[in-house]
Amino acid sequence: MAEGVGGPNGRPRIGVYICHCGTNIAGTVDVQALSAYSTTLPGVVVARDYRYMCSDPGQELIVKDIAEHRLQRVVVASCSPLLHEHTFRGAAARGGLNPFQVQMVNIREHDSWVHEDREAATAKAGDLIRAAVRRVALHRPLERRRVTINPDVLVVGGGIAGIHAALTLANAGKHVYLVEREPTIGGHMAMFDKTFPTLDCAACILTPKMTAVKAHPNITLWTYSEVTQVGGYVGNYQVTVRRKPRYVNEDLCVGCRECIEACVYKEGKTPDEFNLGLSRRKPIYMPFPQAVPQVVVIDREACIEFKSGKCKKTCVEACGERGAIDFSQQERLETIRVGAIILATGFKIFDARRIPYYGYGTYPQVYTALEVERLVNAAGPTGGEVVLRNGRRPESVAIIHCVGSRDENTNRYCSRVCCMYSLKLAHLIKEKTQAEVYNFYIDIRAPGKSFEEFYNRVQEEGTHFIRGKVADLYPGGDGRLVVQVEDTLLGKVRKIPVDMVVLSVGLEPRPDAQEVRRLFNISCSTEGWFLERHPKLAPVSTFTDGIFLAGACQGPKDIPDSVAQAGAAAAEALALIDAGAVELEPYTAYVVEEDCSGCKTCIPLCPYNAISFVAETKKAQINEVLCKGCGVCVAACPSGSIKQNLFEDEAIFEEIEGVLTHA
Amino acid sequence: MPEATHTTEGGARAAPEGFEPRIVAFFCNWCTYIAADLAGTSRMKYAPNVRVIRTMCSGRVDPQFVLEAFARGADGVLIGGCHPGDCHYQEGNYKTLRRYTLLRQVLATLGIEPQRFRLEWISASEAERVRAVVNEMVEQVRALGPLRLEVPQEVPVPRQREEVAA
Repeated sequence: MAEGVGGPNGRPRIGVYICHCGTNIAGTVDVQALSAYSTTLPGVVVARDYRYMCSDPGQELIVKDIAEHRLQRVVVASCSPLLHEHTFRGAAARGGLNPFQVQMVNIREHDSWVHEDREAATAKAGDLIRAAVRRVALHRPLERRRVTINPDVLVVGGGIAGIHAALTLANAGKHVYLVEREPTIGGHMAMFDKTFPTLDCAACILTPKMTAVKAHPNITLWTYSEVTQVGGYVGNYQVTVRRKPRYVNEDLCVGCRECIEACVYKEGKTPDEFNLGLSRRKPIYMPFPQAVPQVVVIDREACIEFKSGKCKKTCVEACGERGAIDFSQQERLETIRVGAIILATGFKIFDARRIPYYGYGTYPQVYTALEVERLVNAAGPTGGEVVLRNGRRPESVAIIHCVGSRDENTNRYCSRVCCMYSLKLAHLIKEKTQAEVYNFYIDIRAPGKSFEEFYNRVQEEGTHFIRGKVADLYPGGDGRLVVQVEDTLLGKVRKIPVDMVVLSVGLEPRPDAQEVRRLFNISCSTEGWFLERHPKLAPVSTFTDGIFLAGACQGPKDIPDSVAQAGAAAAEALALIDAGAVELEPYTAYVVEEDCSGCKTCIPLCPYNAISFVAETKKAQINEVLCKGCGVCVAACPSGSIKQNLFEDEAIFEEIEGVLTHA
Repeated sequence: MPEATHTTEGGARAAPEGFEPRIVAFFCNWCTYIAADLAGTSRMKYAPNVRVIRTMCSGRVDPQFVLEAFARGADGVLIGGCHPGDCHYQEGNYKTLRRYTLLRQVLATLGIEPQRFRLEWISASEAERVRAVVNEMVEQVRALGPLRLEVPQEVPVPRQREEVAA
């Protein structure tokens, strides 16, 4: 090493810091022994253990030691570097060291938390510390590359989370692209009637926000559009958006709906997506009356013109001089550049057909909760009347909780909103039909603000609560269904005939969540929800810098939580872009020219085209702006002339030796 | 690489009493390392025989790292990367797979059993897979016994590429 050899044996002077993490580490690992052991390692001039290294006094220890012991390198043995590398690099920098002269050792996630044998865990920690001490001696000071940030933000998904995030950013003066797959924004919330526990009208609080999105000068709203490609990096993402043809010119359509009236179909034949198939729509339609934008859309699959080319095109006639209808419209690709991306792609409801004994899709009296939301909604298919498919008003209704949630056979997790929306629907159904309402539940989970109070209110209204998981559902007489359940509070099996069954279905990741995850280069949790960087400390960030999460794409959430998270995601994006520039990690590869034989092995390996061959010198050259630091070329270079900052061969060899060479 | 000679006499190697396999693992920063972190936060328990070395991509794992680990006394080497199609660097793991396939053959010619060298695709959410793979590998290597490559400890193993090429 050319730099910093002020320690014993001509090595850099190294400080080792071992964190107790309360008892998280110290409970399984003998931290004092490790501290004593560390002082025997070559180059180590000071070693300490401390209860919480990441705390202010813990960091201060490092800052002071750098000065007092003239430290040139720092090793911190604590938690995962993905959690606190930044913290300790910062501490080292405050002490006057280059932040990259720090190495972290993961003795919590990879050691104390996963092992029980104290001796083995301590030995492992010792090996890892030894490796780090050997490695850190080779660390060179590195500079982070600063790149300017594009101040525009992309929000993917136009449900309540996407809408709120977009408005927050737009109000802060940032330009936002809001991309929504459906022909309208609004998402699931637009389908609800009232929201728990306040029984606010969903439309009354949502539709003004939808309108504000459309009207906002800082928001470019692209509905019926999908992101197809994402390139670049934090601060400088290039995104391709596919704008599907709606066969109606958005700039010309005023939403008068005369075309819908005039359509050659007198009655709609296609199941209406917005009403979950409880009503029918025509091939040219407005998703729902308050849709934003107020632009109709033509369903290619259902339209006669597209099927036969022989339609009378009464819709075109009705549109008249405005001429908004355009059957020749083609898909368009738009490329935008943004500094940050917020994903708010939402959820799908659990498909109740997956639990056959509840008879959804078999018995017409069985509904999902979302269908009932449409029934109780005054703008829904029945004008707010809760009536069965045969037109009868139910006199008794069963609401079955935890359908597809908290179940080994489907989803093990709690879907978080079903208890409360079940209570809400119980209230609304009772109010509208005076029916007897039975809730079949495993537990009632009502932990939010005013939730328990709402539960009490619904109980007082006379709704029946039966604790037990419904085992079977079968036809009784008079078109009724019999709900068979073991009442676990009474300890006996009950059979209750009802007219209508509502399945409180859970929430699931969208079926294409994996594709979306790949597109944006983020991770999913085991269940398929998008994974946050840290469940407590970075709940809206992802492992990919500049990409944030909002709403139920991260996990089941109710409206207040979705909105709160959307605000947080917007704030994180704002903090990022308002900094004006972002520092990129300097883990890039570089060519040691004198060693390069010009074999060109590396060139086709680079997925970013960062390596070029310089004809004059017959050497390879790496563009560090394009290089993302994977190190594939480094591993492949036959002459060893490509190196990767912080991951040089020498450093990794030191680590290998370090973990294997017992003292 | 130095002359790596076996000390075995050709018969079955009986694992010595109290043998604990030493396994070096190279985990990519974006998938398997996160999965191992998740195993930690989930407090899953697995064998303490693995020492993880983090690389940004499994594609950074130079075959020499694997050879070096075996030469330095590892009884097994594990590489963990993102699933095909999921690489943070688009296709680094495909390059890992190619190298792995070739390197396995090289190791076989050196007399290193295939169970001692393993490549696994483990995504960030698959903490359980980390636990299962580590435990399984430790058991397999334990059954095989120590690698027993004879490396003269007093002579430093050459690490410079030039020396290796020489």
